[in-house]
Amino acid sequence: MKTANRMLALIATVTVAAAGCAAVGDKLVTPDDLKVIKGSFRAQGQARLDRLDQDDAQRLCSNPPPATIARGDAERVEKSNLAAIRYPADGKMLGDWKAGERIAQSGRGKQYSDDPKAPSGGNCYACHQLSKAEISFGTIGPSLYRYGATRGNSPEMQRYTYGRIYNPQAYSACSNMPRFGHNGILTETQIRDVTALLLDPNSPVNQ
Amino acid sequence: MHRLWVAALPTLLWGCGAWAQDKTLDEIARYRAQLQDGNPAELWEARGEDVWKQKRGPKKASLEQCDLGKGPGVVKGAYAELPRYFADAGRVMDLESRLVHCMGTRQGIPHAEAAGRVFGSGSKRSDIEALTAWITSESKGVVMNVSLDHPQVKQAYNLGEKMFFFRGGPHDFACATCHGESGKRIRLQDLPNLTEKKGAQLGYTTWPAYRVSQGELRTFQWRLNDCFRQQRFPDLVFGSELSIALTTYLAYNANGAAFNAPAIKR
Ligand code: HEC
Ligand code: HEC
Repeated sequence: MKTANRMLALIATVTVAAAGCAAVGDKLVTPDDLKVIKGSFRAQGQARLDRLDQDDAQRLCSNPPPATIARGDAERVEKSNLAAIRYPADGKMLGDWKAGERIAQSGRGKQYSDDPKAPSGGNCYACHQLSKAEISFGTIGPSLYRYGATRGNSPEMQRYTYGRIYNPQAYSACSNMPRFGHNGILTETQIRDVTALLLDPNSPVNQ
Repeated sequence: MHRLWVAALPTLLWGCGAWAQDKTLDEIARYRAQLQDGNPAELWEARGEDVWKQKRGPKKASLEQCDLGKGPGVVKGAYAELPRYFADAGRVMDLESRLVHCMGTRQGIPHAEAAGRVFGSGSKRSDIEALTAWITSESKGVVMNVSLDHPQVKQAYNLGEKMFFFRGGPHDFACATCHGESGKRIRLQDLPNLTEKKGAQLGYTTWPAYRVSQGELRTFQWRLNDCFRQQRFPDLVFGSELSIALTTYLAYNANGAAFNAPAIKR
């Protein structure tokens, strides 16, 4: 019995590997695991059980180490996420940096305890240093202090930055940064505002 | 009594400007000093010991003969070996789900009632939190020694490991997003790297904890529930298979360290 199971598991692994969607040492959740997982949560407020349904980027980025995403998969994730970015129709990437600073400060949004009608924040300070004045910043992401001052404010830079915030996985598969536009955390107007916070020469980020 | 200034602490921490910098450091120093004055968790421990010994429920029985894994009535050191497989229940249990089980079998208290108020607030106190405080205090100083020998415990560990890296929800977060690297923090809060021995030991052996900011004693089930909330996941069901799987993963990774709770935290 045990041997038979092992054989089956082996065949399954080989099949999946042959299909090109599993890395070596793959330990991703199985459909049976997912049943246990879903059975362990209760829908609450805006957080329904469908939040446990993973898209490709989430599933392929969930391997416990030492396994990692296969190179081909990473390229696929980046390509499809890049193709899904919606840039502002009027081509304007920059909004109001003052509104952007408030968005960067706010950690509100998307928790089951949050009011779904209130706008979400970006919580950028949770992970990044941005302005010099704000000393309460996290270190999960790199410091963005003087981001615009060092990289300039060209149209290419504006488009890159807008896209990077809209969907970081378009540039780096399995990034730890949320896909703010892609997943509907921030609106177009809000993403413009935080893009301005990073790039506007008058923003505290660039002082 | 600490509550007033503690309520002001977040404002100071999250406040901006150079002025806030000195002020924040002052407040943190004061806060640390306050923590030396003893741990209010002792109030929960004392109540928990009473609850353990009281005759309650339809069967008018106490919990004193509840088997926490080391035999009926053995409390000392029991927590350091949990979660474990319980043959009488046919499943892996952590302390909290075991207590709900014993309330059912020994005292005749229905599951819905026993697992009804698991996280207390103010005058609405939770017996589970009190019992957990007392029972865990009886493992203080005992070296963590969770065994994966039983296949169901091993299976729980494996699921816990997978879940730790499972990304989902609107923010694409997994536990590993916040607890997968050393030396990281969110805002000013240090994040233990729970994938490493040292971090797992620190993170696991200091729960339950009296949370100064809430004025409540919180258990490991609460810790998991609250991290899932920050992860933007739905509400983790108390005592669910997944909650025990994650607890097994973290408790086993803490093996070798002396258990050191109930602690006191921010
Ligand atoms: C949970 C953590 C987290 C949050 C919240 C977060 N980021 Fe990031 N961010 C990261 C990480 C990690 C990286 C680097 C990894 C990567 O994506 O390449 C990054 C990278 C970036 C970069 C690219 C930097 C470069 O060198 O090109 C930009 C721009 C950025 N973040 C802006 C933001 C803004 C604006 C917000 C808020 C709206 C934000 N981030 C919120 C984690 C975060
Ligand atoms: C969005 C960020 C985030 C995510 C995702 C997250 N946590 Fe946490 N976790 C925190 C923060 C912040 C703290 C510290 C809380 C505090 O001190 O108030 C913490 C604390 C903890 C602690 C206690 C550590 C200690 O030393 O007290 C444990 C254990 C823990 N988390 C486990 C988990 C697990 C398991 C998951 C996934 C189910 C998870 N966390 C997901 C942010 C997160």
